[in-house]
Amino acid sequence: MFNLYNRRRIVNAIGLLVSILAMSFGLFWLCWILWTLFAHGLPSLTLDVFSQMTPPPGSAGGLLNAIWGSLMMTVLGTMIGTPIGILAGTYLAEFGQRGWMAPITRFINDVLLSAPSIVIGLFVYEIYVVHVKHFSGWAGALALSILVIPIVIRTTENMLRLVPSTLREAAAALGAPQWKVINFVTLRAARAGIITGVLLAVARISGETAPLLFTALNNQFWSNDMNNPMANLPVVIFQFAMSPYEDWQNLAWAGALLITLSVLTLNILARVLFRQSATSH
Amino acid sequence: MLIFSLEARLKRQAAFDLLFRNLTRISAFSVLLLLAAIIFSLVVGSLPAINKFGFGFLTSMEWDPVNDNFGALVPIIGTLVTSSIALLIAIPVSFGIALFLTELSPRILRRPLGIAIELLAGIPSIIYGMWGLFVFAPLFADHVEPWLNKNVGDMPYIGGFFVGPPMGIGVLTASIILSIMVIPFISSVMRDVFDVVPTLLKESAYGLGATTWEVMWKVVLPYTKVGVAGGIMLGLGRALGETMAVTFVIGNAHELSKSLLMPGNSISSALANEFTEAVGELYTSSLIELGLILFFITFVVLSIARYMLYKLGKREGQAS
Repeated sequence: MFNLYNRRRIVNAIGLLVSILAMSFGLFWLCWILWTLFAHGLPSLTLDVFSQMTPPPGSAGGLLNAIWGSLMMTVLGTMIGTPIGILAGTYLAEFGQRGWMAPITRFINDVLLSAPSIVIGLFVYEIYVVHVKHFSGWAGALALSILVIPIVIRTTENMLRLVPSTLREAAAALGAPQWKVINFVTLRAARAGIITGVLLAVARISGETAPLLFTALNNQFWSNDMNNPMANLPVVIFQFAMSPYEDWQNLAWAGALLITLSVLTLNILARVLFRQSATSH
Repeated sequence: MLIFSLEARLKRQAAFDLLFRNLTRISAFSVLLLLAAIIFSLVVGSLPAINKFGFGFLTSMEWDPVNDNFGALVPIIGTLVTSSIALLIAIPVSFGIALFLTELSPRILRRPLGIAIELLAGIPSIIYGMWGLFVFAPLFADHVEPWLNKNVGDMPYIGGFFVGPPMGIGVLTASIILSIMVIPFISSVMRDVFDVVPTLLKESAYGLGATTWEVMWKVVLPYTKVGVAGGIMLGLGRALGETMAVTFVIGNAHELSKSLLMPGNSISSALANEFTEAVGELYTSSLIELGLILFFITFVVLSIARYMLYKLGKREGQAS
């Protein structure tokens, strides 16, 4: 009897110890990766990074054109993807109670949410790049927008479901037609949550490399022309990190630090925003 | 006159309603259309390869751009092996993290620690790749791989998996980095499903004198097993499609070797490395067929994952 009791206590202690170790294991990698990024990235993160173009091999330069290209494509991708995502999410939450379409769309959307991004790159290559016969910024923005849509749909639907139906009923009782109820009452009530979703989507696409490899490719020079190959941070980092030149590798570290900081900031911002809106309800 | 204009207004609003509803419906439909378009375009793109190689593509180990002879077996096996090893590491760790966050953690630490783990998922995969190539792989080559060679390499049965020159880059390195990347996905699903276990159930077990470990292992886990399995499948889906991190550290060799320390290849890393440089219709189309295979595998895995998670959600709805 005593033995059994002791054994159970020991098993419990081991289990809990392993759990604590697992937690530290997870945190350990996060700290290690962030520390490496700062250690390698900070010394290379000079003013030149923001003011010079990407250099040819073996000389100094910056990342200005890549930062600009990334911004352009991320903004455009978000602008294309967000309206479609919000409208589709609205359909799922507000009109999707009956019929076959909503459940299937929800299911497909959840699958697309974690579909491999490199396949999205291939898809845009097949439907766009092959036909216009050159890589372009538009193709990159298109690929990114396809990644935005599922994320925005998911959060929009979830947030709209949190809006109490008494709010809708009150608006409808005042005689508002349904499109006004949704646009001016429901969507407005869920605004903070939806913005959170958009921020998370931006965070996700600003670090994506795989879909840009076959679409935007890269460009060594400053370019405003979305119809041409366009420099962007992730692909530049990929190319520079894989190269044997130390200047390029240092720039890659600087770019890596920039991307990670902005992505993590967006992530934390989204959470803070969501928490504020959740407590204000 | 007044009534007439009110009626016109009502009619106009009804028209707006119809317009708005159809606008949202079209947007939702575009998701279905997107899936169909992805499958269709990948199939069309890979037609030349399908016509040339047929089903032999799936079983051939050839990858010879010079003679235009392609087979997908090596990258497929590479993808499956790296993902499986990654899950082998990630599942116990994720369970530990979820256990810590739901049962052990002090209340104040719960949120920050949860966010910290989720930030691991926020770090872009290219950063994992760079860090793996420049920091992790050299350390692994200097300290871990020689040890594996010396101590595990001679063992019967499993020894063959751990022999080979300590290069740092290879299948095992890629798997370990993949496991770090999927831990946040699996552990956050596990935490969420552990949270839906009724407190009454847990308190009853505690009241009977069960230890924390026993409550987790014999009450919470059986209650949530469908959801946990769904979370694991979700992590598997992520691991299968992960591109950049793997591309940096797997070594990109179109060879199949028994040893996990040797360089290998995965579907996504083959695509990332070769697609823009591929010349010739057959080469390109073989790579697109690789993408199609990858999409098919992940689609099946993710569908199973979602199905399991839905099932859990439904049962929860019935219970309350």
